[in-house]
Amino acid sequence: MSYEIIESCVNCWACVPLCPSDAIYEAKPHFMINKKKCTECDGDFISAQCASICPIEEAIIDSSGDFLNPEGSLTGISPDCRSQVMVEIQAR
Amino acid sequence: MMELNAADLTTKNIDEGCSSSGCGGSNDQLSHLPEHIREKVHDHPCYSEEAHHYYARMHVAVAPACNIQCHYCNRKYDCANESRPGVVSELLTPDQAVKKVMAVAANIPQMTVLGIAGPGDPLANPERTFDTFRQLTDKAPDIKLCVSTNGLTLPEQVEELCQHNIDHVTITINCVDPDVGAKIYPWIFWNNRRIKGRRGAKILIEQQQKGLEMLTEKGILVKVNSVLIPGVNDQHLEEVSKVVKAKGAFLHNVMPLIAEAEHGTFYGVMGQRGPESLELQELQDKCSGDMNMMRHCRQCRADAVGMLGEDRGDEFTMDKIELMEVDYDDAMQKRAEYHASIETKREAQKNKNNETFISISSIKRHKKKQSRPVLMAVATNGGGIINQHFGHAKEFLVYEASEMDVRFIGHRKVDLYCSGDKTCGETETTLEKIIKTLNGCEAVLCSKIGYEPWEMLEEAGIQPNGEHAMEVIEDAIAAVYIEMVKAGLADKNISDSEMQIRA
Ligand code: SF4
Ligand code: SF4
Repeated sequence: MSYEIIESCVNCWACVPLCPSDAIYEAKPHFMINKKKCTECDGDFISAQCASICPIEEAIIDSSGDFLNPEGSLTGISPDCRSQVMVEIQAR
Repeated sequence: MMELNAADLTTKNIDEGCSSSGCGGSNDQLSHLPEHIREKVHDHPCYSEEAHHYYARMHVAVAPACNIQCHYCNRKYDCANESRPGVVSELLTPDQAVKKVMAVAANIPQMTVLGIAGPGDPLANPERTFDTFRQLTDKAPDIKLCVSTNGLTLPEQVEELCQHNIDHVTITINCVDPDVGAKIYPWIFWNNRRIKGRRGAKILIEQQQKGLEMLTEKGILVKVNSVLIPGVNDQHLEEVSKVVKAKGAFLHNVMPLIAEAEHGTFYGVMGQRGPESLELQELQDKCSGDMNMMRHCRQCRADAVGMLGEDRGDEFTMDKIELMEVDYDDAMQKRAEYHASIETKREAQKNKNNETFISISSIKRHKKKQSRPVLMAVATNGGGIINQHFGHAKEFLVYEASEMDVRFIGHRKVDLYCSGDKTCGETETTLEKIIKTLNGCEAVLCSKIGYEPWEMLEEAGIQPNGEHAMEVIEDAIAAVYIEMVKAGLADKNISDSEMQIRA
């Protein structure tokens, strides 16, 4: 039972101090989760803290390899309406 | 001179015990503030008309994490609100930061204010931020501390902030309306959860306003920064200005959105535009009113290490600092002497400036014809004089000369993200950028300027001028203005037709 940080991570530090299990550490080329320590925040928080503050979509995956923050989930703009939103923004 | 004016007026109002509502005339720029805040602003070296030529601020990057997302920010880099985009600072531990500050302060006496602004949100990293402050309050009591924050966790930290040598707090407030906020902040991290959209923006706004009120109550100066985002909050910022000033912010500082696709920000990638220079200035005028002496606060030189014209950053890398022995008591003594000499110099320059202004106002009496105000840009390394080569200028100071006086309008930064780096753009595009930055200015004063930029500036209707090298800025601008008036270049009617073209 563990989450994993992958290469889209931008090393922003946001997740590190929040982890209740002290599982996240600075590493190159990107931060890492110690698989032995990660509890998926079970028993501590309703939502995984790293995934709740991570500003980057598709940077953290669960044990089945799914993104915790899939594309569009953080910008609030789903991939289908992206081009339409772009037109709106460019008209500003 | 403007400082004297503004200061005199305000002092007078306080002396007469005039209530702010009774004499909130256009001249009393501080009338909206509670008295204890007003006095503090008054005595402050950073916020006076010309002090920023002499004093500098430095930042240390000790606070990496952030608890909200702004659409103009890319988290690979430093907080977009406080530094130029695309900048990555070396992250320091609190101990390293303290060492660095003491080493710089011992070597560069202009350094008076230490700020923590990032690279994330200082108050989202309370342990690192407060550890740095605690040590500095103790070891370097003559250095003022300041902190910038998005405000989300501000209310719960006001108590702790008051324990340190905090001079002022900057809150970035881009809106007071959650619907506007939802277009700027996609989410916040709050009570261990991510809260998206309007709901998140609403919480953020409430926290910011609450924090502002609490700080004012405690007598801590609060400056509010807003990023002007065309089509999102441009119509809204005047309202923001009213609200934050009513709650005691002593300065509302409007900054331009910088959004380029290559910075990888949401706005950059989506093609959101930034404001034009004139668009920005108009709003800055509305929001800061005519608070001349305040405008300088907009930009203490962000980096003391680079203040002296030549970049001395290389002297203060962490490995060199580790080897430095700093006797801070001794350094503090020297700093105090240096600051006293600056004050003497400022006093002398003030008196001298008065003479200039008398001569400017005398044009009016000789001439029947009315002259219009003219904007001019200046390249300077500090010290209040024209002493920078055009080609080295990374920012310009913009002044307005009129029949009445010469007044400082603001800083315009040139976006040379990769200055000197051949990989990004030809000199020509850099020059074009500079010319765009100087939009609305009719002259640019510098110590020297090359042939090619000279021609291009002239072509763009901006008269380069290298004749006033090493002169006091206000004097030089007054001299150029008088020449323009004499040559009939500043007649009123030109302004009218030009206004039409602009409109
Ligand atoms: S899921 Fe929770 S326990 Fe696991 S790394 Fe993220 S914050 Fe730590
Ligand atoms: S919050 Fe996300 S991007 Fe930032 S360090 Fe953690 S995993 Fe990487």
